[in-house]
Amino acid sequence: MADSKDFTAGVDSNAKKSPRRIVFITRRTSAQVKAETEDQVQTFPEVLFRAAVAIMTLAVALVWISLIFNAPLEGLADPSHTPNPAKAPWYFLGLQEMLHYFPPVVAGVLVPGLVVMALIVIPYFRVNIEAEGFFLKDRQRRLRIFYVVAGLLCLLLIWRDVYAALVPTLIMAGLMLLAAQSSPQSPSAFRRYLAARPLSYWVMTWFLFELVVLTAIGTFFRGPGWAWVLPWQGS
Amino acid sequence: MAKTIDQYFDDLRGTRVWRSIFRSGTGSSTLKRALAIQQNVFLHLFSTKVRTRMLSFSATWYLGTLTLGTFLILVGTGIPLMLYYHPSVPQAYADTKDLQFVVSSGIFLRSLHRWSAHAMVFLVFAHMFKVFYRGAYRTPREFNWVIGVILLLITLLLSYTGYLLPWDQLAYWAITVGSNIASAVPVMGDKIHFMLLGGNSVNANALLRFYVLHCMILPLAAMFFVAVHFWRIRKDGGLYAHSSEPATLRANATMETAGVKEVQ
Repeated sequence: MADSKDFTAGVDSNAKKSPRRIVFITRRTSAQVKAETEDQVQTFPEVLFRAAVAIMTLAVALVWISLIFNAPLEGLADPSHTPNPAKAPWYFLGLQEMLHYFPPVVAGVLVPGLVVMALIVIPYFRVNIEAEGFFLKDRQRRLRIFYVVAGLLCLLLIWRDVYAALVPTLIMAGLMLLAAQSSPQSPSAFRRYLAARPLSYWVMTWFLFELVVLTAIGTFFRGPGWAWVLPWQGS
Repeated sequence: MAKTIDQYFDDLRGTRVWRSIFRSGTGSSTLKRALAIQQNVFLHLFSTKVRTRMLSFSATWYLGTLTLGTFLILVGTGIPLMLYYHPSVPQAYADTKDLQFVVSSGIFLRSLHRWSAHAMVFLVFAHMFKVFYRGAYRTPREFNWVIGVILLLITLLLSYTGYLLPWDQLAYWAITVGSNIASAVPVMGDKIHFMLLGGNSVNANALLRFYVLHCMILPLAAMFFVAVHFWRIRKDGGLYAHSSEPATLRANATMETAGVKEVQ
């Protein structure tokens, strides 16, 4: 036995930021040191103060809006007199727009049910964890899958005359094709950006795009009989 | 020499009464500031330290904070509104009219409640998309994302149940349109529709059910899940900062040994 010591000692050098730590590493074990050197601030008061300022700013804005615009109040509820159009709250108007094209069991139950399920399982699927550009690996096969899926989706939308949802789908498909033709070394910053987008980004952005477009159409562009109307024409 | 305001505050915080209320004492040392968070039953949901980088506006856009802000405004305006409101037909409509024309500042209370509700729905969606695009749902934050989806549904239900309460044409028909969707569920659609409304159409029973859901059950559920949501941020390693994640650190360490500078 040449060396009787069973450990080595080390000292964390950054004494200004953290209390001095002395590490003992025995021969039989190995140490895993998580390198956490990032600057931190105290939650109290720095973070709480900022949160309070943010909330107060919002409160002031909402108070001003409430002083200027009164909450709407129409006549007493009358089950015998249906207004035309009868609209749901704005955040459900995307769904109501879908109800116009698809049977209720599809637009009212299947679609929202699948959306909620899809949102819940996002973090549990590998495809959403990988952050690599979708077309950077296995390009030919992925392009073929993309053509089939996008084609079927477009055919479905054309079959049901859902042109409101078809246009955003075509725009997203066009961007994905552009991404497939772009390389991460492209001189254009926009094309570099597109090339680096993973599949989860494309699906979620398509969903967000459809959500915004359908909600806006339901809110502003639908009049009596759910017919197209311009927002300034009134109903 | 005259005392500064800070010194008066320090004196106040040193008094016996103050010390009996707040467990952490005076002083602005790092320890005392950490204790101010850690020793408080509400604030201990948060971590005592936050990465400096996460304070920048672009990191979070403060969307979660602002959503909490709208929720606080909604509780603060909702309770006084309850004092002037009877969930019965047609008294509910008369009460809403009174809020509009008779009650002092009633119109302001109602407007603030309504616009804040719209703002909350919008902010919850915005928060969700921001979290998604930052990739902040990744391990170990999976379950906090799921809680977030639950909170999104609770927010939608809160807004939806509140929509009926004024009992005007807008409320009545919006809820009629929405609740008819429940009938489309295969096999048990009509049963669900009946359970939701307490009848076959929107009536006084539906108003009472929506009132209880809106003022009691859903706010309590929201508070419960919000508490878990905040607490999980701390337990899951603080606000998500990509380059500080263990996986990224490992990747960078491997890259450095291989002679590559940095991934991100």
